[in-house]
Amino acid sequence: MRLRTIVPMAVGILAVGLAGAGLRADPVEDKLVIDGEVELVTRAKAPEGHPFDEVVSGWHYRTDETRALQQDSFANPAMLYVERGAEIWKTVQGAAGKSCASCHGDAAESMKGVGAHYPKWNAAAGKPVNLELQVDACRKNNMQAEPYKFDHADQKALVTYIKHQSLGAPVAVDLTQGAMQSWWDKGKDLYYTRTGQLNLSCASCHEQNNGKYIRADHLSQGNVNGFPTYRLKDADVVSLHGRLRGCVRDTRATTPKAFSDDLIALEVYVTWRGTGLAVETPAVRH
Amino acid sequence: MRDTCKTALLGATLLLATTAGARATEPIGPSDVTFVETAVSAPLTGTPGNPAEGRKAFANVRMGNCLACHKNSEMSEQLFHGDVGTPLDGVAERWKPEELRAIVVNSKKVFGPETVMPGFYSLEAGVDVAEAFKGKTILTAQQVEDIVAYLTTLKN
Repeated sequence: MRLRTIVPMAVGILAVGLAGAGLRADPVEDKLVIDGEVELVTRAKAPEGHPFDEVVSGWHYRTDETRALQQDSFANPAMLYVERGAEIWKTVQGAAGKSCASCHGDAAESMKGVGAHYPKWNAAAGKPVNLELQVDACRKNNMQAEPYKFDHADQKALVTYIKHQSLGAPVAVDLTQGAMQSWWDKGKDLYYTRTGQLNLSCASCHEQNNGKYIRADHLSQGNVNGFPTYRLKDADVVSLHGRLRGCVRDTRATTPKAFSDDLIALEVYVTWRGTGLAVETPAVRH
Repeated sequence: MRDTCKTALLGATLLLATTAGARATEPIGPSDVTFVETAVSAPLTGTPGNPAEGRKAFANVRMGNCLACHKNSEMSEQLFHGDVGTPLDGVAERWKPEELRAIVVNSKKVFGPETVMPGFYSLEAGVDVAEAFKGKTILTAQQVEDIVAYLTTLKN
């Protein structure tokens, strides 16, 4: 506990020193290897139309200790959610008497790589769906079970478990399906729209000022390839919509609703911004 | 009966006090601040800025929260100064007080629309302002004056 406090402090002081010298603190040069075995792609050439040349995982912007936590499956606190998700996967729920496993079998096979392609166009819904909405649709239509309440611990656990089956797979959203491109356009508009009394957009911090510090917080490019992610500040796993809501709220704007069209559009766009980065779920961040 | 009298008297006194106070220090409203080039010459209130109060408002995360983005060596007892904005060491030697006032009131009038620095005494906000902050400025007129007074003490 004491070490956890001291290390970020030391890094913060270093950052202040750098700021004084008028330097921008670069993301840390390091390789992300899980359990000494699986190396993940944390830098990738940006897709066409991206404002940066290279997309960089937020992992590079964190302290030595936080980066180490993510590299060790036993130390990563979010792996408890993965374990819980594995239990839910095979637990029968709903009037149809089915579990996820009843139809999908072994998640290690059936869900391998799947999460890397979400959000995904859904013709029946007439809009893109993310993993949470896909799980809810499955529960309702196939299991005759209730959809999850937003950010219920079981929702976060199951989604973390499913996304974890894509660990290492490159993020690749398919914008050619249905009306995905128009949702991307809408998400892009929202990304650059300033909100709230503080009058800030996503781009204000994560595009214009990534690499700089807001107090002790090293601003990353805001890529979302590690969600759901363990956030040390919350001492909990945080869903993407939970984090997006928190960011917008912090501009002193009305907090948007989870899974609203606006946040789904934003999810499509920000996920695309991390194209080519490996899925890191569950990542560990500050 | 005596209680009613007391309440009425108290009410009248408060009313008087409020009216008198308002007459003495009616602040300039956020929409009435006059910018000439990159300066706001007229103080926003009739009470001169207090640098000691300004120092507190500068650091307070619910008021100026200036350290979020700016380094300030004079405040080295506080850890983690941000570096999104320029360091404020010696800022009083780079800007005149009326320019510092303009920057704090609405930096977009000085640095242009792209700056990420919020306007601390401006109603030009982003979309969907939360109910609790609608029509309100981040700082009060007096807090702006206090912070400007503090900034004018930051010399190399």
